[in-house]
Amino acid sequence: MNVLTPPPALKPQDFASDQEVRWCPGCGDYAILKGVQKALAEIGARTEETVFISGIGCSSRFPYYMSTYGFHTIHGRAPAVATGLKLANPALDVWVVTGDGDGLSIGGNHMLHVLRRNVDLQILLFNNEIYGLTKGQSSPTSRVGTRSPSTPTGSVERPVSPPLFALGAGARFVARTVDTQMKPLVAVMKRAQAHCGTSFVEIFQNCIVYNDAVFEDFTAKDVAADNQIVVSHGEPLLFGRDRQKGLRLRPGRLDLEVVTAGVDGVGPDDVLRHDETSPTLAWMLAAMTPPEMPMALGVLYCDPAPSFAPAVVADSTAIPTSPPTPEALNALLRRGHTWTIAD
Amino acid sequence: MSSTSTASTLAAPAALAGHRQALESAVVRFAGDSGDGIQVTGGRFAEATALSGNDLATFPDFPAEIRAPAGTTYGVSAFQINFGARRILTSGDSPDTLVAFNPAALKVELADVKPGGLVILDTGSFNERSLRKAGYAADPLTDGTLDAYRTLRLDISQLTLDAVKPFGLSQKDALRCKNMWALGLVYWLYDRDRRPTVAWLERKFAGRTDLAQANIAALNAGHAFGETAELPGDLPAYVVDRAPIAPGLYRAITGGEALAYGLVVGASLAGLPMVFGSYPITPASPLLHTLATLGQFGVVTLQAEDEIAAVCAAIGASYGGAIGVTSSSGPGIALKTEAIGLAIAAELPLVVVNTQRAGPSTGMPTKTEQSDLYQAVFGRNADSPLVVLAARSPADCFDTAIEAMRIATRYMTPVMVLSDGYIANAAQPWRIPDIAALKPFPVHFRTEAEGFQPYHRDPETLARNWAVPGTPGLEHRIGGLEKDYDTGHISYDPANHQRMTEVRRDKVAGVARDIPPQRPESGNDHGPLAIVAWGSTYGPIARAVAVLRAEGLDVAHIHLRHLWPLPADLGDLLSGYDRILVPEMNTGQLLTLLRSAYLLPAEGLNKVSGQPFKVHEIEAAVRARLAAQRSSSPEGIER
Repeated sequence: MNVLTPPPALKPQDFASDQEVRWCPGCGDYAILKGVQKALAEIGARTEETVFISGIGCSSRFPYYMSTYGFHTIHGRAPAVATGLKLANPALDVWVVTGDGDGLSIGGNHMLHVLRRNVDLQILLFNNEIYGLTKGQSSPTSRVGTRSPSTPTGSVERPVSPPLFALGAGARFVARTVDTQMKPLVAVMKRAQAHCGTSFVEIFQNCIVYNDAVFEDFTAKDVAADNQIVVSHGEPLLFGRDRQKGLRLRPGRLDLEVVTAGVDGVGPDDVLRHDETSPTLAWMLAAMTPPEMPMALGVLYCDPAPSFAPAVVADSTAIPTSPPTPEALNALLRRGHTWTIAD
Repeated sequence: MSSTSTASTLAAPAALAGHRQALESAVVRFAGDSGDGIQVTGGRFAEATALSGNDLATFPDFPAEIRAPAGTTYGVSAFQINFGARRILTSGDSPDTLVAFNPAALKVELADVKPGGLVILDTGSFNERSLRKAGYAADPLTDGTLDAYRTLRLDISQLTLDAVKPFGLSQKDALRCKNMWALGLVYWLYDRDRRPTVAWLERKFAGRTDLAQANIAALNAGHAFGETAELPGDLPAYVVDRAPIAPGLYRAITGGEALAYGLVVGASLAGLPMVFGSYPITPASPLLHTLATLGQFGVVTLQAEDEIAAVCAAIGASYGGAIGVTSSSGPGIALKTEAIGLAIAAELPLVVVNTQRAGPSTGMPTKTEQSDLYQAVFGRNADSPLVVLAARSPADCFDTAIEAMRIATRYMTPVMVLSDGYIANAAQPWRIPDIAALKPFPVHFRTEAEGFQPYHRDPETLARNWAVPGTPGLEHRIGGLEKDYDTGHISYDPANHQRMTEVRRDKVAGVARDIPPQRPESGNDHGPLAIVAWGSTYGPIARAVAVLRAEGLDVAHIHLRHLWPLPADLGDLLSGYDRILVPEMNTGQLLTLLRSAYLLPAEGLNKVSGQPFKVHEIEAAVRARLAAQRSSSPEGIER
């Protein structure tokens, strides 16, 4: 008698490949790798059904370190390759790993279109605000004034904001997390994986060699509490060491401001509650930058909409599981006007 | 200004029924404004011609502008058909009959008409304004422009208005029937049956009986005019006998359609669904349009955001166990280049269709050329071999696409299929094959986990395993970085890179063992002169060689489908000829391949005007070379 036993649950280390990890010592990528492996174990993912697709850059070595299926493609093109993979097999759980240069510079166009198509996959954008693998040039997310080999007197271009780009492209899931914050990182990964459609996750990732401590303005221990806010759907937007600070709409204009409980007659009800289905709020949260405002972390926006692959497949009147029969193909070729030449 | 019907001024008796002049073949060209219904007219003529048992080939010539201003030379739309009682291989060098619906059409097309050919003009469309728009300084009807031709100067506009008067159409709708009036006249001229066109009009205007009846009345009136009017005495009516065509069921097919059907059938012979990624580009888009309607046959089409995404999605699909196909024209293929390199390194099957067009950069998008052979064979960074095939005709696109699918899946390699703007848009009758008679080449994915390594190869083909995501126990990582020959892990080992480079080369080179022997299309396997060619030059070359051989000239025609690797026996075959002539619509690309592969003193015949070769150009080139050879050969030595 056959007994169907569920496959044994996998542990985080079961998602690690046998390859030696070759990021620089102290690189934020290590923590992200651990976090993703932990999230997959907690989700109950299967290695054979999970695929990591990457482009080029430090972050894009990620697939080699996973025991899942993986495809290390070319610079910027991972979203396009992943789109094709989902069209071939929509059942796969596909993760795209990219960076600020790969995803927003050379691959910016694909990022735009994968988001607007809402292909059902997760995009992990490791943002270190620098080109690491090519030795330290400024990137599209580098802040104005970034000194690098390609901008020796400081960059003059204004940076792009990954979550604002994603929202503008029509993303239905936008989240943000930090490489070193294991618990929220795992939580965000799980939410991203559960979301049907494209999940866009910006991960602040420290490049210890070329851009060390660039996120210290909101991740350093002494300022973190006051300079970041972890948002949670339905919960008041509170932050600060004693959660005494909050966000509210500035009276008289569509803008957020920081208020402190008990000051100026501000009560608990004056503080906004996070509504992750509000694109307007998501936009305002994503646009906040320290030190004037806290950096918003967590799921900024989640409002599912029909995703791409099932729509396309349905559009093609359901891709048959078996190839068309010779009879069907003969009928196709004989469609329309035909004539017979007799013997 | 000749604005009245000239029929009444023509004195000589009309051709008598039953006294038609028999022709072996004829070329007819319809030309007018985009809005004159030229393509419809040509399509109907082609249908009636196919049904009368002639062989035929057609070519539409659209203006590049979508809605060019009426009456301008750049807004002229044309349709040419060559039909005959013999095998027809091209859409014809130059028209025997031109139907010009306006001065601009006359201006653009007249130079192509055979000297002494027939020009049918709608004089109703000739006036000061339309002549000026067409760029005529003087009236071509009176200034001698038409002296070298026979002309039928009819106020087709007025004759049409008279014919459709009973149906009470608006002036605009009534004038739209003039293409049918002209078609009726040409049907009379070439003895075509009107019934299929009547039936088509009834279907087409099923909801507008008045339009259907008016168009039919115009068609009949044009035909009746030919029968009853007194046409010039030197204007006989013609008859073109049935061609000796193999019996069977036929349809008309363009290269774009044949490629689409070939890809669909090829994927099914491989047992795979197809994902087709494409970005709109002239003249490749018809393939996307056709495949987009074939979802129920296992095709997913993606109109990608750019050329790069289109090929990358195809690669992703192949990685996932479908067959990825992408399509473009030269400039778009250039953009796909890096990704094609990825498919070569990752050793995934991929079919890349290049519908070539003329010129570097944007060039002449609507004009034809075959100048992407270097790009196909050599156009990538590093040693990046892939397989290159070329289709020779619209119908041949079907077989070539199937062959591309077979090689891509059997060898885990990208295959580039070269078509061109001429093949894609030209149509020819096609004997519809029976799919059940085609040999399947089913793909077997790797499922056995024991001993699996992603880059283990089939010892015969050197193709690696195809293990698709979703298969338990075969989880592995691939990518563009060099891989270890045995494990597939990243490797920078010098000896390993040498070995991997060589195995990629040998795998593609080995395809040469898996293709049919190369035989001449016509002619002997040795002799004074062989023409070696590829792609859409097939038609004019085959026709020219048929003519020359009928005259007793010893010339052979070798036409290549497999361009890379070249057929294994091609070198031996070519060594049997004294001279090799390579006609190409480029400046000598196959020529370079042949000379470098076989150290042959082959000679090019190169045309890069955006126009296909004409039969007489090939004939003249062959005659010149054979004559030179005879005069330089010692007497008494004959081959």
